[in-house]
Amino acid sequence: MRAPEPVARSLEAIPGIAALETRVAVRVNLDVPGLAEPARGLIVSMPREAAGGLNALHLVRGRLPVAGVGDEALASEAFAKANALEPGDAIRAVMNGRYQRLRIVGIGISPEYIYALGPGQLVPDNRRFGILWMDRKALAAAYDLDGAFNDVAVRLAPGASMATVLGEMDRVLAPYGGAGAYDREDQLSHRFLSDEIAQNRTMARITPSIFLAVGAFLLYTVLTRLVQMQRSQVGLLKAFGYSGARIALHYLQLALVIALVGAVLGVGTGLPFAGHMLELYAEYYFFPMRDHGAILAVGAIGVGLAVVSAGLGAVPAALRAARLPPAESMRPEPPPRFHSGIVERWGLRRALSPAMRMLVRNLARRPLRFAASVTGIAVAVALLVMMTAMMDGIRHLMQWQFTVVQREDIQALLVEPRGNPAFHAFQALGGVVQAEPFRLVAVKLRAGHRTKRGVLYGLEPDGQMRRVVDGDGKPWTLPPEGLVLTAIFADALGVRAGDLLEVEAMEGARPRKSVPIAGIVDEPIGYAAYVSRAYANRLLGEGDVLTGAYLRIDDNAREPLMARLKTLPQVAGANLREAARLQFDAMIERSVGIMIAVNLLFAWIIAFGLVYNGARIALSERGYELATLRVLGFTQREAASLLLGEQGVITAVGLPFGMALGIGFTLYFVWMLSTQMWRMPYVMTGANLVGAMGAVAAAAAASGAAVAWRLRHMDLVEALKARE
Amino acid sequence: MAEPVLRMKGVSKVYRVGDVEVVALHEVSLDLHAGEFIVLLGPSGSGKSTLLNLLGGLDVPTSGEVDYLDHSLSAGGDPELTRFRREHVGFVFQFYNLIPSLTAEENVALVTDIARSPLSPREALALVGLTERAGHFPAQLSGGEQQRVAIARAVAKRPEVLLCDEPTGALDVVTGRLVLEVLERVNRELGTLTAVITHNASIAGMGDRVIRMSSGRIVDIATNAKRVAASELAW
Repeated sequence: MRAPEPVARSLEAIPGIAALETRVAVRVNLDVPGLAEPARGLIVSMPREAAGGLNALHLVRGRLPVAGVGDEALASEAFAKANALEPGDAIRAVMNGRYQRLRIVGIGISPEYIYALGPGQLVPDNRRFGILWMDRKALAAAYDLDGAFNDVAVRLAPGASMATVLGEMDRVLAPYGGAGAYDREDQLSHRFLSDEIAQNRTMARITPSIFLAVGAFLLYTVLTRLVQMQRSQVGLLKAFGYSGARIALHYLQLALVIALVGAVLGVGTGLPFAGHMLELYAEYYFFPMRDHGAILAVGAIGVGLAVVSAGLGAVPAALRAARLPPAESMRPEPPPRFHSGIVERWGLRRALSPAMRMLVRNLARRPLRFAASVTGIAVAVALLVMMTAMMDGIRHLMQWQFTVVQREDIQALLVEPRGNPAFHAFQALGGVVQAEPFRLVAVKLRAGHRTKRGVLYGLEPDGQMRRVVDGDGKPWTLPPEGLVLTAIFADALGVRAGDLLEVEAMEGARPRKSVPIAGIVDEPIGYAAYVSRAYANRLLGEGDVLTGAYLRIDDNAREPLMARLKTLPQVAGANLREAARLQFDAMIERSVGIMIAVNLLFAWIIAFGLVYNGARIALSERGYELATLRVLGFTQREAASLLLGEQGVITAVGLPFGMALGIGFTLYFVWMLSTQMWRMPYVMTGANLVGAMGAVAAAAAASGAAVAWRLRHMDLVEALKARE
Repeated sequence: MAEPVLRMKGVSKVYRVGDVEVVALHEVSLDLHAGEFIVLLGPSGSGKSTLLNLLGGLDVPTSGEVDYLDHSLSAGGDPELTRFRREHVGFVFQFYNLIPSLTAEENVALVTDIARSPLSPREALALVGLTERAGHFPAQLSGGEQQRVAIARAVAKRPEVLLCDEPTGALDVVTGRLVLEVLERVNRELGTLTAVITHNASIAGMGDRVIRMSSGRIVDIATNAKRVAASELAW
């Protein structure tokens, strides 16, 4: 696109546009010292006011390029860091076919390119793709854009209609080769970050809610038991004239102290975690996050939530204490009432030993406590299942992408579409074992009133390196006519195989064609449409051209081949599959790995806490009963198995329930986390389910052992005396 | 006379309560014989319960020897004591100690399930006259009924020794007498060595021997020429 500057006036006149900034933005090849292969860059003209206006730049260090000086550039922090570039260093850019030396004078970041994805990349590769900002005049001169612009950013007035403004902009810019205006929602970096933030928000709500609910439940059971044990003291205090309210307050204060101590511990360990997480984000996205006040506010909110949930758990026990009649509460508690129930109704009497009947009746007597405990165990399992499934899903996705779909070593991109000689040149490069041409073109697809932007891949029909593979692993042979859409794309457009789509190329003469959908392929990543390369060229009305080639190379010849690619002016860049994969693994390891570890810990604490608490309270409530059994000649093991049998049943019921819940959580999260850019695959392995249940069962067993230890050291004579 | 079933030789028991040492038993020696009905009398803190706990294998002496036939109870660890209680001893407590979540019959079955040649739970309940109440839970039974269930549970394994700690302590006169009649019957019909702790001196007439305790020592052992039937006790 090339629009004379006065066209900006026409744009400004569009109703609904509040602010506007024209720019020059060009894609270039970069020669970075120390990098064998060519890197890709996007050079954007400096905004009129660097610190204000639209997409303001944030200078990290160094200085901004001086107006009128043509060889100064500001480098994006991500790119600078990946390539160890500092102010004062120089790199070379191929600008409009000519080498130009650029001096880095400063390092900066922009809200527009926080997540900077180079062409053909799936994950950011900051080593091989970077953003640079230069003085507009020099940039424009190099590209014959003096007094013109090829890029414009616009802010809408409040209440303006996005669709109307986009339509108007397209109309105004079409004569100048406008490639189509798009909503910020469709801006890659914004889209990705919004998705990421939304995902974090979901995670940040669900896990702590579960944790706080479990905490409240534990506090509820402990305090209820405590009130039971202290009933005679409560009665005594009431006899002295303490009011019910005063006594309730006492228990609430106790809960408050517990909550505060817990919260202080939690904030104390959580804040460093949060700081670490923020650093990871700052490192990965280069956010200018230096605001630790925000973390403190989060800590304060955490303390508040802990106090509120503790209060919710404590209120029933406090009310119970307040309502105890003084005379009654000074007598020992009457034996709990049991009557015929589940055992008789279900005809279990014959099937169960008296010990088993004890167990069943004790559980059945407090159905809510049972349900809550089972739910807690189930949630612990479900958390683990879900986190592992997410991890497995991402691994599967990458495995799929990097071994099944993408099988090339290098994806070499041309500066512009070229004819077959360019392909032969690739084939002839030393070290290239096999090459396959491709034709990529940015397109808009229209079905009825729905329009989506995406990439049209023109591939060899039976290509071996970049394949179109269905969910079941079956590769497609691209049809000679029509296109194959990814399922995500088809869903977004609301189309099915056999429908007609309008395809508008976003380059060249921008031809529009009506194209039949030959098939839908269940690929998890991206808005992609596949056609045979021959068909793509027919659609675009061009001859037999390609925009790049997939190369398989001899590993030993890698370095010289990269160096050679770097010197070829028609080569716009090269993406290494292995580099992308490593990049991705590193990202997963650092961010997702921490999330998994934290959730594993959470699940363990929940399981351990629930079972320990349950068994400990049972021991306290029924210590007398257990002592009696021991006196009657029950061995320690038999008595322990009675006590822990209940927790065992709770755990045993909770585990499969948790498995089901985990599958449900996973399905929900797969749905929640599936963004417009990719779809999280649902991967549920037996190892995951067994592992999650095993981990929770182990936590339960460990806490059971802790209580069994107490039981073993119980003084029988003392326990028989203590009637409470 | 035949070999004693239970024998204590120079038994002392010292408890530590906080920083204070309490001597609960001091150099006590005692033989108990098969089929005997023993009444242990004494005020609170005289050491009756400690004596019973040592005889029943609930506790071990600080010094001295406790033997059951040719087994030492003072040297045994927890597994040996547990086995002794399981196979040879029945306990009855002041507060019955029934399992609230089990019916009368199930409370008895709890013990018969782990005994070697027990009475059936029904037989045991019949022995204490509670066949009708077999399906009731403890909370549905009166104090006397609960204590009779406890006795049925204690005797169902046909123990050699039946130890009762204040079995009538929480009961009124009529009910208490009923419970004592049951104990008497068990002693007579099953020939079980029975020791009953009480501080109710009027029960003394029931026993073959009456042991009086004070401050951790046996102060008197009297032999009744003729046992008074429980139904004839003047309360």
